[in-house]
Amino acid sequence: MQRYTLNILLVLACLGLVLLTWQNMLDSYVLTVLMLMGINIIFASSLNLVNGYMGEFSCGHGGFMCVGAYVGSVLSVICFSSNKILGAALLPPALAPWCFPLILLASGFAAALFGLLVALPSLRTRGDYLAIITIAANYIIISLIENVDVIGGPRGLSGMKRTINAMQDVLDIPWMLIWVIVGTIFSLVLLRRLVTSTRGKGIPAVCQNEVAAEIMGVNTDRVKITAFMFSSALAGVAGALSAHVFGYVNAQAFNILKSTEGLVMVYLGGMASLSGSVLAAVVFTLLVEALRFAIPAMDGLLHAVHLLPADFALSQIWKWVLIPLLLILLMQFRPEGIMGNRELSDVFPRLRRWYTFN
Amino acid sequence: MEVFAQNIVNALQWGSFYALIALGYTLVYGVLLLINFAHGDIFMVGAYIAFFVSTGLLGMKGLGLSHIQVLALTIPLTMLLTSCVGVTLERIAYRPLRRKGAHRLYVVITALMCGLILENGNLALLGASRRTLPEMLDKVVYSIGGIAVTNVKIGVIFTALLVFVVLQYIVTRTRIGMAMRAVSWNKFALPLMGIPLDRVIVFTFMMGSGIAGLGGMLFAMSYPMLDPYMGAMVGWKAFIAAVVGGIGDIRGAFVGGFLLAFVEIMVAAFLPSTFRDLFAFSILLLIMWRRPTGIFGIAQTTKI
Amino acid sequence: MALLEIADLSQRFGGLQALADFNFRLQEREFVGLIGPNGAGKTTVFNLVSGFYVPTEGEIRFNGASTRGLKPHRVTALGIARTFQNIRLWNDMSVLDNIRLAQHYWLGYSLWDVLARTRRYSETERRVDAQSQEILEIMDLKACAGEFPKNLPYGLQRRVELARALAIKPRLLLLDEPAAGLNSADVDGLIRLVRWIYSEFNISIWMIEHQMQVVMSLCERILVLDFGRIIAEGSPEQIQANPEVIGAYLGDGAV
Repeated sequence: MQRYTLNILLVLACLGLVLLTWQNMLDSYVLTVLMLMGINIIFASSLNLVNGYMGEFSCGHGGFMCVGAYVGSVLSVICFSSNKILGAALLPPALAPWCFPLILLASGFAAALFGLLVALPSLRTRGDYLAIITIAANYIIISLIENVDVIGGPRGLSGMKRTINAMQDVLDIPWMLIWVIVGTIFSLVLLRRLVTSTRGKGIPAVCQNEVAAEIMGVNTDRVKITAFMFSSALAGVAGALSAHVFGYVNAQAFNILKSTEGLVMVYLGGMASLSGSVLAAVVFTLLVEALRFAIPAMDGLLHAVHLLPADFALSQIWKWVLIPLLLILLMQFRPEGIMGNRELSDVFPRLRRWYTFN
Repeated sequence: MEVFAQNIVNALQWGSFYALIALGYTLVYGVLLLINFAHGDIFMVGAYIAFFVSTGLLGMKGLGLSHIQVLALTIPLTMLLTSCVGVTLERIAYRPLRRKGAHRLYVVITALMCGLILENGNLALLGASRRTLPEMLDKVVYSIGGIAVTNVKIGVIFTALLVFVVLQYIVTRTRIGMAMRAVSWNKFALPLMGIPLDRVIVFTFMMGSGIAGLGGMLFAMSYPMLDPYMGAMVGWKAFIAAVVGGIGDIRGAFVGGFLLAFVEIMVAAFLPSTFRDLFAFSILLLIMWRRPTGIFGIAQTTKI
Repeated sequence: MALLEIADLSQRFGGLQALADFNFRLQEREFVGLIGPNGAGKTTVFNLVSGFYVPTEGEIRFNGASTRGLKPHRVTALGIARTFQNIRLWNDMSVLDNIRLAQHYWLGYSLWDVLARTRRYSETERRVDAQSQEILEIMDLKACAGEFPKNLPYGLQRRVELARALAIKPRLLLLDEPAAGLNSADVDGLIRLVRWIYSEFNISIWMIEHQMQVVMSLCERILVLDFGRIIAEGSPEQIQANPEVIGAYLGDGAV
């Protein structure tokens, strides 16, 4: 029983969260932040597979999230909402709860296909040369989507709220929260299963010594393609989830800046550490939100003690000065990220007694 | 035909900007294997410094400087001050990490963060009001066979070529240049040879940032509206240009920069401009597919 | 039929003829040495055999089948394992994981098996585990199973690399300078170890080595390579007495 303590606690916490939301006891802002956190966890941990475990430097992960977000949104709009261009709803709303996971899967699948855009060049080149291929892929994907007018082009696409409403009509529970929780846990479990299997250990082997890996019988081409596609697929799921959480999607939301956020979370958490990525995603999301409130407070304080001239107000833009600054400082103090390349259970071996993840 | 020629002139101008920025990426990369992602923003800082220096100089009526004199003063001052910014970044952000032996990519992330601080800090401090670089050079339009060429354009292209020649000379002929090439070969042997590593690195950052500052100023002279985010997009593209040319190689930075500009301008000339990025980057992807280490890059070989 | 047959093998790198007209047959259960001055092309031969280079000309047949066009991991799957001149272990993985990973090529399960943790997955993993433990036991590495190779002394790293090669269950083991960087006590240990491996496992060994003491005491047959060509072949005694070999090693004037 002891071995399941943490598992049970985790389940209870999720259930409690769902219950609170169901009873409308959770502020909708808090709820959005929590869901964002889950999405960031998927985004960061999937990027860690490529950047941490495989040691590549992919800086275009946002592109795959974008593919997932758009494919998910388009499917969702086609199926469950009437749209001037995409036509009337294809399916009865009662099917929404059953189709939504399929939509998520399809988004992941589509993103994985776009992952090939990077996976195939990775067979020929690596390191910084691959890095720019990933950047180029990011630009190409965004540019591609912006040029398709049917899905809104640069104006973006909305209408996904209809799907959620349809689900809510079937059963009145906080569907999006549940899907985000399920998606997050699923992604982490799958990633963990992959990297702890002997087959999955081929991924760090490629990073640590590619020549040895190939000559000792590891099919490095296959390992690379698997890692890239799997990581893009999860990013795609994260994208589809985020599109539905916000009910609106725009390609520019997934540009290099989004990819940079992913990089920050991965390296902040520590390369090749899933728990590190989770921790970093939580910390990063909270940091961004905390500063939203901290900046007006700081503004008031600094004006009160007359450190700032009266006509100068601290705007929210300072957030994006303070966050990088904090991250730089963090990296100066812990140049290997929060967790290094260890997992939480390596740092606290006693933890192992309290959980069973397989 | 005239349209085509006009496009070539424009491409040469844009190529010059890309090349001037790509040089900074390549120089730093050649020495430290560091992708200095803050470099695009250093270019932006250069444009702002040029703005402040030139308006400052023009504002000082007591000096009684003519516009040309202001221009002549602004160029070296901008380059100097911008290189100070670059060196400062290296000193306070990159060097400590390097000393701690952090993974190379942590330094890259730090560089990305520095870039964000520069652009957002600029916006936060100076506000959203757009600034315009004062006109220091009276615009002259030459018409050569129906192609309109401004004196600024000619100046930009010639400056880029001049920078190329000077840099090529420095890197291949001077002591410090040879030291730079030596660092990229073997960072550990260098101190043993009596070459101070840090001095070489600082010199590299100075040159790279100075050139970016020059580029920023020239850019602002061509497109006088300044914007805190002007460096980000151009910077990313210049980085791509540097890698396509073969990062670490000065010729590569130039060829890559001009190539990217040509592709972009030509795509924009024949297709709706929204397709520019799509095609430009797809073509670059194809080039990388054919030559995985760039045009001037040396093939990666693994020895067992 | 010979286990390994190499016919008219040539390799050029640009203008450099690294290997020319290399002909060689290695029988089942044979221990052959490959010696020659630095830069003679010894490691090139191994890189060609293990599929890391594609030969400019000639053919390599292992167990009767040509290996041309096979990627290195496919060649490994046929039963050729090797060690490296400069140790190439996965340094941030435990010794146990290093051994487990060497069994990558016969893992039959798919990605789906991994993600769904099917029966096939758990059975395969159990077998991998059992075999890895067995190898560690045999190679006397149990004590450092959880260590990272980078934290082990050099001699032990060599042993781990040997264990990893054996985990592939090869029929032919290529050893690329196994004694490089070892002190004399370690060299004696290595000779005993390799001899024991040769007697214990049903394998053939082909070894590149500079230290004559190692070559002469282990090999049944020796091949001498100079400037990419075989200049002599024979038993250790014959090679020691061969004037051409002495010339290649000491310079022509010495004879």
